[in-house]
Amino acid sequence: MSPSDLKILVADENRTRASIIKLGLIESGYLNVEIVDSFSGLALLVQTSQPDVIIVDLENPQRDTLEAFFALSRAIKRPIAMFVDQSDLSAMEEAIDAGVSAYVVDGLKKDRIRPIMEMAIARFRAFSRMEDELFEAKSQLKDQSVVTKAKEILMDRKGLSESEAHRQIRTTAMNKQKKMSEIASSIVLAAEAMDL
Amino acid sequence: MTSKATHIQAGYIALNDAAPLIIARECGFAEAEGIDLHLHKETSWATLRDKLAIGLFDVAHLLAPISVAASCKLFPLPLDIVVPMALGLGGNMVTMARSIWDGHAPASGPVSFDAGAAGARLKAMIEDRRARGNPKLRLGAVHPYSAHNYELRYWLAGCGIDPDQDTDIVFLPPSTMPDALRSGALDAFCVGEPWNSAAILDGDGVLLTTKGHIWQNSPDKVLGVRRSFALDQQEAHYALLRALYKAAEWIESPANKEELCRILSAPGYIGLSETRLKPGFNGAIETGLADPERLNMPDFYLPLSRAALFPKESHALWFYSQMVRWGHVELSDDHIARVRASCHPEMLRAALAPLDIALPDTQQDILSAQDIQSPIASDQGLGSLGPDVFFDRIPFDPDALAAYVAGQRVGKN
Repeated sequence: MSPSDLKILVADENRTRASIIKLGLIESGYLNVEIVDSFSGLALLVQTSQPDVIIVDLENPQRDTLEAFFALSRAIKRPIAMFVDQSDLSAMEEAIDAGVSAYVVDGLKKDRIRPIMEMAIARFRAFSRMEDELFEAKSQLKDQSVVTKAKEILMDRKGLSESEAHRQIRTTAMNKQKKMSEIASSIVLAAEAMDL
Repeated sequence: MTSKATHIQAGYIALNDAAPLIIARECGFAEAEGIDLHLHKETSWATLRDKLAIGLFDVAHLLAPISVAASCKLFPLPLDIVVPMALGLGGNMVTMARSIWDGHAPASGPVSFDAGAAGARLKAMIEDRRARGNPKLRLGAVHPYSAHNYELRYWLAGCGIDPDQDTDIVFLPPSTMPDALRSGALDAFCVGEPWNSAAILDGDGVLLTTKGHIWQNSPDKVLGVRRSFALDQQEAHYALLRALYKAAEWIESPANKEELCRILSAPGYIGLSETRLKPGFNGAIETGLADPERLNMPDFYLPLSRAALFPKESHALWFYSQMVRWGHVELSDDHIARVRASCHPEMLRAALAPLDIALPDTQQDILSAQDIQSPIASDQGLGSLGPDVFFDRIPFDPDALAAYVAGQRVGKN
């Protein structure tokens, strides 16, 4: 049986991440994927759309609502299995560690849900790496601009050359065991304070 | 901090009763016991529970009935925990949207927060709405397995309201309640502080009744500890219990209330203004009403006194009785035995032994129908328990659980 007959709902307030997961699922042959990025009435949507698997971000505050809905649901027959299988603890741990949780309609075979979860976990990890890198790049940019500004101040007020100013910030940073951007920030701050 | 400090990962939800964990860290009680306590704020109880289950957390601020549900193996993900300590008594209330209240406002005179009177008023509202063809009142609780859900249901049923037929109970994380009330997604909610005071002080809600009016000095949260952590790192576990005890002592002291609210108001912790945090700690509850403007309830939330930290089997079993009552779990001797076994007062006793503190006798566990405080039976003979009366004055004897549930079922029909 082809995997495409499974209906998968990706519920994630982060639309980019949801799209990345959807793309991954489609590439893996799961063609019936729906994204929901707003959670008002998610439980109702589950009832009308009747997915086989729901993938949610662990930080999603609607998890409590969803669980209660499943416990009481008349739309989906109880019991509902969460994650992969009760016996597959390591897979659950991996999923939770990666920040993803899945609600799976009971009766779905383990070998059918496993690749979906593995894909979701990989995509979640890739997304958080991407976010980390973006954060890193942004703070690097910020660090650089404050150092440039501090150098300009030193050049302007102390008549230093660009390389002399750079060396002075670097030496101070080394002596004080601080980042260059921290020293630069205090130079900029001091200069602003002196202008008052 | 010495390099030998043991790292403990703790999960919590932004609520006033997470204070013992936060204060243990912020005021150095954990550090003094040689613990580096790492705190992780979660939004939903489901996520907190799952992270505790897989070991991302060693311990967590937990809804007491979650530990009962775990004992009955009701979760898909096995949650193997022990409960060595409770985290306070009281702390919840029921708040109604101002718009709903205004539609049924009393003619004059002060409003009573007595659970019976408030319930009768609610019943009248529900009947009035039904007559007018308005939709059912939508009530919010924080999780199916929460004290909030069970005390709300106990109260409604005791006032002649069928929680399943006459109302619609939905579950949302505590911090989202005020927004849900304001936007009309909820008509009322039962939640811990500071989320009631937040809605009331913003002008969106009015106080209906409190947890203490429904069941005096009743339990709410416990400390859930992964069994493997409790057994493998007993020394660190006991050190943490001592740190939490000292933090609770600090929290209860009136002299520390200002500082307490200042610390908790940090965005990393609860992130609400001190004005919103304070009512839940000092018991001067804003009502959102003209008369009375304020409800003075010094025992609204007790972090320490009346043996608030003691993990009582009778408390866990009361939650179990309600889970049976509402069809959330089947009644069985095996469940009862496991629920009893989830409480570990002997761990608390062992941990607090160096502090020489009076703790209750475990046998003393009938929840009384009397408005009295009883002395704690202990070597020291200090302190007191209770009063722990339910608003309908029906006592709960955990040894006669089946009869208790059967009596309530008849009462409901």
